[in-house]
Formats: sequence, C-alpha cells, structure tokens
Amino acid sequence: MIAHSVFFYIFSLIAIVSAVMVTVSKNTVHSVFFLILDFISISCLFIMIGAEFLGMIMLIVYVGAVAVLFLFVVMMLNVAEQKGQWFSSRWDGGTHIPVGLLVSLIIFFELIIVIGGWKYKPDLLNSLSLNISTEVTNTKSIGNVLYTDYILLFQISGMILLVAMIGAIVLTFRERAGVKRQSYVKQISRERDEGVDLVEAERNKGVKIDG
Amino acid sequence: MVSIGLGHYLTLAAIIFTIGVVGIFLNRKNVIVILMSIELILLAVNINLVSFSIFINDLSGQIFTLFILTVAAAEAAIGLAIIVVYFRNSNTIRVEEIKNLKG
Repeated sequence: MIAHSVFFYIFSLIAIVSAVMVTVSKNTVHSVFFLILDFISISCLFIMIGAEFLGMIMLIVYVGAVAVLFLFVVMMLNVAEQKGQWFSSRWDGGTHIPVGLLVSLIIFFELIIVIGGWKYKPDLLNSLSLNISTEVTNTKSIGNVLYTDYILLFQISGMILLVAMIGAIVLTFRERAGVKRQSYVKQISRERDEGVDLVEAERNKGVKIDG
Repeated sequence: MVSIGLGHYLTLAAIIFTIGVVGIFLNRKNVIVILMSIELILLAVNINLVSFSIFINDLSGQIFTLFILTVAAAEAAIGLAIIVVYFRNSNTIRVEEIKNLKG
C-alpha cells in the first residue's frame, strides 16, 4: 500500500509538472515532448489503478499516433523556435494574463469544492449493471461488453474516424500546376479513334508528325 | 501516508484540467499549443472516468474512455489539418495574428 502511494505521488507529480511545461515552454517541439511525458505518466497511473487495457491504448494511440502527428506538423510548419516569447511577444498592457489566471483559479477551486463535498447517491451502487469481475482480465471484460452491448457506439466511432480521415485528406489536398497525374477516367474512356491515326506514307519520305 | 483514494485521482484530474484551461486562456504563441491544451483537458476527463469506473466497480466508465480517446484522435487530426491549411494560406499560425475570424 505504501508503494502504491509513493508511485501515485511520483507519477502524478511528473504528470502535473509536464502539463505545466506543455503550456509554458518556449519551444513547441519541447511542448510536444512534455505532452508525451504527460501521457506516459498518466497511462502508468491507469495501469496502477487496474485499467491495464486503457493504459496500453493510451500509450499506443496518444504517444504512438497523436503526439507523433503533432511533432510532424510542428516540424513541417517550421514554427518550432520562437525566441524570447513566453506567452506574448510584446507586453502591450493587455489584461489577458491576470484575468486568465483569475478565471482558472476560480475554476480550480470550484472543482476542488465539488470533489470535497461530493457523496454517492444512495441507490447508485444498486443500479449498476456492469460490475467488474475479478476472474477475467481487464481486456477480456472490456471486449465482452464492447462488442455486445456497445456495438452500435463502436461502429459509430469507427465512422467518426473514417470521416475525420476523409476530412483531413480533403482539407490538406491541393492540386499543383505542372505535376503530371494519372487520370483513370481519361485512360479507360479513351477510344481507338483518338489514339490511332492512320497515315499514308509516301515512298522514300518519312512521316512528319507535328500535332 | 494516506492510502490513495478516489479523491486523490479526482484532484489530479482537476489540476490537469485547470492547467489545460490556463494553456488555452494565456496562450498567445501558436495554435498548436492550444490543441495540446485541449488534449490535456480530454486527458483529465479520461482520468475522472477511469477512476470512477474503478472505484465504484463499474465497467462503463472505461468503455466511455475508449470512445473519448477515439473522438480526441479524430479531433486532433482535423485540427492539425485546419492548421496546416491556414499556415499555407496566411503563412503564420501565431494567435496574435489570426484575425480573419474577427466579426
């Protein structure tokens, strides 16, 4: 139990510090690295608390895909290094920093108050249906539920991913002038008449072709 | 040392959520950091769902976390695509200089 507490505090400290570093670091590439560190420590917490499958999925999806996507975009846009800027390049007397900090502090204290004064609804524990059984593994119990009770949501989330993929492709696609591309429609709908030209060739003279 | 309960996890999620909100409020640097802050907020929500799911012994929280993960990945892809297109058109993604959407 002591080890559990110690590891919880270590991982959550790393998570909080790296979350702060995501927002304040000057270099955007460093921000992405701290985001990766944050996701890794939170997935360690998930594995500790007993949700192994989600911890591993967090590692694969976030660290393996999303963070690498961020890194790609940061490097492609060449915006990584912006010197001498913390939040703003020039302090123009704007009030967004104190007001933003004030609002965030209020949000934080509201959350803490909610957590502190919160109790279970008395009949909550009776109304639960999906109890976590201790006999099968976490992955297996999630699979048992996900492909039966939640199959519709599962398919819809697949559709969301498909739409996101098509949307990203359509958004970033551009036709460049001067780049030759293959057109299947033109290829297939080509007739013999436009492709073949029969020329009467005179003797001892070549055939002159110029368009 | 106090044993770790639900409150600890919820407090951690609240702290990370607040840091994400601060990142959105105070950022004047570039839009990518704002997208990362949104990822932090979604992460805080995921922590809440998973810890509730474990502590009240109900699996549906973890299922919902899976769906939130899916939607977050889709949202990151679309957001980054929009940023790439914006950078191609106006050659900057600094928040201070994005004024096209001003009414």
